[in-house]
Order: sequence, then structure tokens, then C-alpha cells
Amino acid sequence: MPLVLNEEQAMLQESARDFLNSQAPVSHLRTLRDERSETGFSRELWREMSDMAWPAMGIPESHGGLGFGFTGLGLVLQECGRTLTPSPLMASALMSAATLARFGSEEQKSELLPAVAAGEQIVTLAVDEQAQHRPEHVSTRMGRSGSGIVLNGSKRFVLDGMAADVFLVSARSGGKRDDPQGISLLLVNRSLPGVSVTRFQALDTQVLAEVEFNDVQLTETALVGQEHEGHALVEFALDTARIGQSAELLGVAMEAFERSLEYLKERKQFGQPIGSFQALQHRAAIVFGEIEMCKSLVLNALQMLDGHAEMSAMERAEIASRTKSKMAETALLATAEAIQWHGGIGMTDDFDIGLFYKRARLLDSLLGDRHFQLDRYARMRGY
Amino acid sequence: MRSPYETEADLCWGGRNFQFQSQDQEHWLHRMAAKGWTAPTWPVEYGGGGLDRDRARILKEEMRAINARPPLYSFGIFMIGPALLKYGSDRLKQQHLPPIVRGEIRWAQGYSEPNAGSDLASLQARLEDRGDHFILNGSKIWTSYGDKGDWMFCLVRSDGELPKHAGISLVLFDMATEGVSTRPIRLISGKSPFTETFFDDVRVEKDQVVGELNSGWTVAKYLLTHEREMIGGSGLRQEGEEALGQLAIRHVGLKHGQLANPVLRSDIARLEIDGTALGLTMDRARDEVKAGVSLGATSSIFKYYGTELNMRRQDLLMSIHGLHALDWDGPQSEDGRIPRSWLRSRGNSIEGGTSEIQLNIVAKRILGLPG
Repeated sequence: MPLVLNEEQAMLQESARDFLNSQAPVSHLRTLRDERSETGFSRELWREMSDMAWPAMGIPESHGGLGFGFTGLGLVLQECGRTLTPSPLMASALMSAATLARFGSEEQKSELLPAVAAGEQIVTLAVDEQAQHRPEHVSTRMGRSGSGIVLNGSKRFVLDGMAADVFLVSARSGGKRDDPQGISLLLVNRSLPGVSVTRFQALDTQVLAEVEFNDVQLTETALVGQEHEGHALVEFALDTARIGQSAELLGVAMEAFERSLEYLKERKQFGQPIGSFQALQHRAAIVFGEIEMCKSLVLNALQMLDGHAEMSAMERAEIASRTKSKMAETALLATAEAIQWHGGIGMTDDFDIGLFYKRARLLDSLLGDRHFQLDRYARMRGY
Repeated sequence: MRSPYETEADLCWGGRNFQFQSQDQEHWLHRMAAKGWTAPTWPVEYGGGGLDRDRARILKEEMRAINARPPLYSFGIFMIGPALLKYGSDRLKQQHLPPIVRGEIRWAQGYSEPNAGSDLASLQARLEDRGDHFILNGSKIWTSYGDKGDWMFCLVRSDGELPKHAGISLVLFDMATEGVSTRPIRLISGKSPFTETFFDDVRVEKDQVVGELNSGWTVAKYLLTHEREMIGGSGLRQEGEEALGQLAIRHVGLKHGQLANPVLRSDIARLEIDGTALGLTMDRARDEVKAGVSLGATSSIFKYYGTELNMRRQDLLMSIHGLHALDWDGPQSEDGRIPRSWLRSRGNSIEGGTSEIQLNIVAKRILGLPG
């Protein structure tokens, strides 16, 4: 498949950029932050995004989606990265929807996917329990009581957890604490008795949540896929999400780089634009080259997602980990360089560039940072 | 011809004096050349394969599938051929392209001079008009395999009065012409893949100027983009070459299922990912050219990035092979292949325009930075 966008995809990207620039530029994020938004994103904006069918793009037509594909959704995420626009698009419409579409029962799919596609329901993955991302490390317990399921435990750092209607929760149904076997994946409605959610403010712009489950009573229909076999589903969800995060990181890196490049041309010291100094020219050229490499990795990964029928779990893991590892490293490089090129003003809160740096770090850290991904890549490659 | 080549000496370079290493090598060249597949995308009228990019890619994939070695490795194909196709007269194309396709003539590049390295356009080799022919005097340095070349494409100063970029021409001549001599340059690798080349009243025919007289700088830059892409390609894993991680498992060993040295392991993983990214980006650049949305100046990005990767890889190979990698000429060392390749690779970021020159080009031409 050629590594270029088709006409439809290019048009979508352009219209997403226009919309976000007018409706949700970086100042939108500042407003959410300064108002200490409960959910971390604007419900009103989310409705507008839903009206444009953004959450429907990756969901099959048979379940209320557009079936436009993950490449298209990735391009929209990339544009959201440029404006740092927060929304549940990645967690709900990509990560959770793709997992349900692939592994959910017919009943689960028809109940949830049309609502996710319409933006009416927000579904997210609750996987981390500790500061180090280790998805097989699960102590949240899935027990049995009579014919039902009882859930106890807590999850932390849950993406869009404050707004989520439904959680996909990894729980231990058997095996030991770090055993990939014996993990089950459960759909848990936020409104159920025993579910409580606490807000967690991350790096001053993004809202995460801690979710506690206290004797939550579930029925058999809460189980996604086979009992004890949930780890593969969690990996699928995470790898899909990591590719989505990479698309967003690409937008973050490109925007920070382009803004800084303009600054190099405008800012004068010693009577000349600082961009005429070779020390800065070479750094700019290196960052540019790294971003070009990342563009190819990200587009390739999105295209692989679109053709996922032929991709094994190992291949998916290798592609997701290599893409996120390289992309996160590059986004951190580009945004850190951006601060340096701006000098003192880059350190101020009034100026936007620091917000890009924070977003890059946040996306790097969530769902496995670049070191985690590099280690995992090597494991997938057999060494 | 279905096993990976290990050094440049295993390649078929062609030329008047080339000694085939085996009959297979000779057959493979002749059979592929007969179909024009040594230069698959060149027009049929000049002996090429006449394939479009997609078909050429299929041919490449098929050759990879059977682990086939390239039938011919030639500066004629990588460098002067594309320049002739774009800027040469029909006469020059008819004269020079078919022998390149058939591997009959080996070409050498006359670009750098002792006082014109990164500042290539300050070159001084002097071409004088003598009525029905030219006379060339001066010298070149860093001529790759200058002692094995049959013909040379050579950048010369054809008008000393014009500004430095304007008075340059690209001329072609037979290196057997009287007055051409070479002297090998010994590198830190102990090998001599380059020569100095001297011109003492060398006769150059008037019809052997590529493009117009004094417009050689344009041709030279175009040719350089091909050279840079070729050098950048050295950053990719070569056909049939074992993946670094697998090689490391054999030489370094595993501990708890992972490479025994975790720092080396992460360096290898980074390099593998960067190599994949470079390969995909080269693919993407080709797709973008086809779709008409190319950036231009991408050869400088590839040259910079590819050479950095190859240098990192050579360094990792030294670590992976441990103390064996120090073996300079012992019976097991294949003539010191590993340490000599490692040393040779330091030149990657110098030849064909240094890394710093590539970054200058990216900064000015793509990023539009001033100065």
C-alpha cells in the first residue's frame, strides 16, 4: 500500500484542521485548565466532533459506524495533537471500540458500539494499578457469587475516567499477580453500586481518574471474550491505543517544530535572525529528519491497523511498540528543542510551547513509555 | 549468486579489466544485462529494462525473494547514467549508456580536489579550449576505485573568469588517455579504495561535455542527489544480511531469555527501529514523487540519516563480535572484515558531502532558514 494519503483522507485531515483551529485552538485547552474542568474536555466540543462523525470513523458500518478506517481516525488524532485538543476520541472511539468490535459478543457490540459511534457513550480501559505500566500486573479480583460475578479492587491513571460511562476492566480470575494467564476483561457500568471515581490532575492539563470497585455485582454478560483469557484482549486494546497515541504525538511534534521554526526566522539577536546561526540550523535539520522518519512509521502503523485481519498479535505488538517508542522519543526531542530555541520565553506559562512539551511527556508515559516499548520491541524480536 | 555478499570485493563491478570471481557471476551479469535488468528503469533504446517504478519494484522483490545478488554494482548505473539520461545529448546517451548496462565500462568519479572538499565548487582542475579539443590539467582526490576505472566523469573549471559556480563543466574521458595517472590512498582501514588522480595535458573531446559548457554545476548537483541516496541506502539492512538481534543472540548469548547485555540490547533495538523508519521513509519518498507531493532535497535527509545508521551498526557489530572483532588479518578474520568495515564507515559521514553539508542543505532548502 502506498505510503501517501488518498484524496478522501487528505480532505478529512484538512477539514479536521480547519475545525480544530477555529473551535478548539490551544486557548481552548487553557480555558479547560483554568476552569479546572471536571472531565478534562468540553462536552459541547465532543458533541460537535460527534456530529462530524469522528467517533464513528473506526467503527464498522454494521454497528452504527462509518467504517472509514483507522488511518482516517489517526489523521484526526494527529490534528488534535497539533491543537492539544483533549477529547475521548482515542480512548473511547479507537481503543475501546476497536477492542469491542474485535472481541465483544454480538450483544455487547450492538449495545455499545452504536452509542460509542454517536459519541453518546464513553468507554475506556482501566488497566494500570501502579506507577509502573505492567498490564499483566493485576490484583483487582474477579470473584464469583452464585450465578454472578463480584469485582473488587482499584485502577489508577484511567484515561477519560471522569467522563466514562463504561469501563473495560482487567481483573484477576485466576493465576498469580503477574501471570498473563488468569486475567479476564469485564465491562463495568459506572452507575453500578460500588463503583467510585476520583479525579486525578495530570501535568496541569489532562484529567485522569482513579476508579474503585467495591463488591460490584456483575452478570455473566459483563465478560468480554473468554474467562481467564483477557490478557490478549488487553494487549490488543493497548497496542491499538499506542498507535493512536503515536498519531497524536506526531501532531504535537510537528506543531511544536513548525512554531519554533517560525520563531527561528523571526527572532533577532546580534542583529540577525537566530535561525541564521549554524548551531541552530543543524539542530532544526536533525529534528526535521527525525519527524520525517516518524511520519512514515505512524502512517505505516495506521495502515497496518486497517488491514488487521492479516496481522498476528506478535506483529501488532512489534509495530505498536516500535512506533510509539520512536515517536515518543522524537516528540520529546522536538518539544524540548522547541523550549530551548525559544529561550526564556519558552519557559513561561503565558507562551504555548511548554504545553506541547507537557503533552508529549503525558502521552509518552501513559500506556507504556518509550523505554517500556523499546524493551517490549526487543522481546518481540526474540532478543 | 543466491548467497548474500559480504564485502565490496564480492560484488560484480564490471569493466574492461574486471576478473569475474566465478562463471556464475559472469553468467548472471550477461543474462540480466540481456534483459536490461542491470538498469531496470532505463529506456529500452539505451539498453535498459524499460520498467516503470512499480514493475521495477516487483523485480526487486522477486530478486530479494530468491536472495539474488545484484548482477552489477556500478557508479555508471547509480551516478553518471541518471545524469546522462537527464542532461546528456542523444549522442552521449547512445555512446555511453548501453556499455554501462552491459557492465563493459566501469566509471570513476572526479569530484573532490585537495583544496575543494566540502567547498566543492572551488575546484581548480582546468579545462582549456584548444580549438577542436580541450586540454585538462590538475588533480582529483578521493576517486573511488580510480585505479580500476575505465572512464571518468569529471568536474572541471572551464572558465576561470566566471563566478565559481558558473565556470564549471562536467566532462567525460577515457582514463586510458595519455596523461591520466592515479596513486592509491591508504585509509585507516589499511585498504585503498580511493586514489588521487592526476591530469597532465589530458585530451578531452569536445563532444564529451554533459549538458552545456559552463553549466556543469547543475548536472553535478543532480548527480550528487543520486550519490547521496545510494550512500544513504547503506543505512538499511542489506539483502540477505542477518538481523543484528539474531547475530547478537549467537555471539553474545541470552540470559533469562534476553540478550545477556541489556545496554547492547537496547542499542540494537533502537538501531533496528531506526532502520525500519528509514526504509519506510525511502518508500514514502518514492510514493510521494509518484503522487506529485514530494518535498525535494530528501536525498540529503537520507544521506545524513543512512550514514549515521551504518556507522552505529558497524560500531555495534564490533561490540557483538567482542574481541574477535580485533582480528586484523588472521585466518578466521576474512581479511579483517569486521574491524576494517568499522573503520571504513567513519568515512560515510564525510564522503558525498559531509553530514554538516547535508544539514546545511536541509536547513536552507527545505526549512528555508536564512544565511
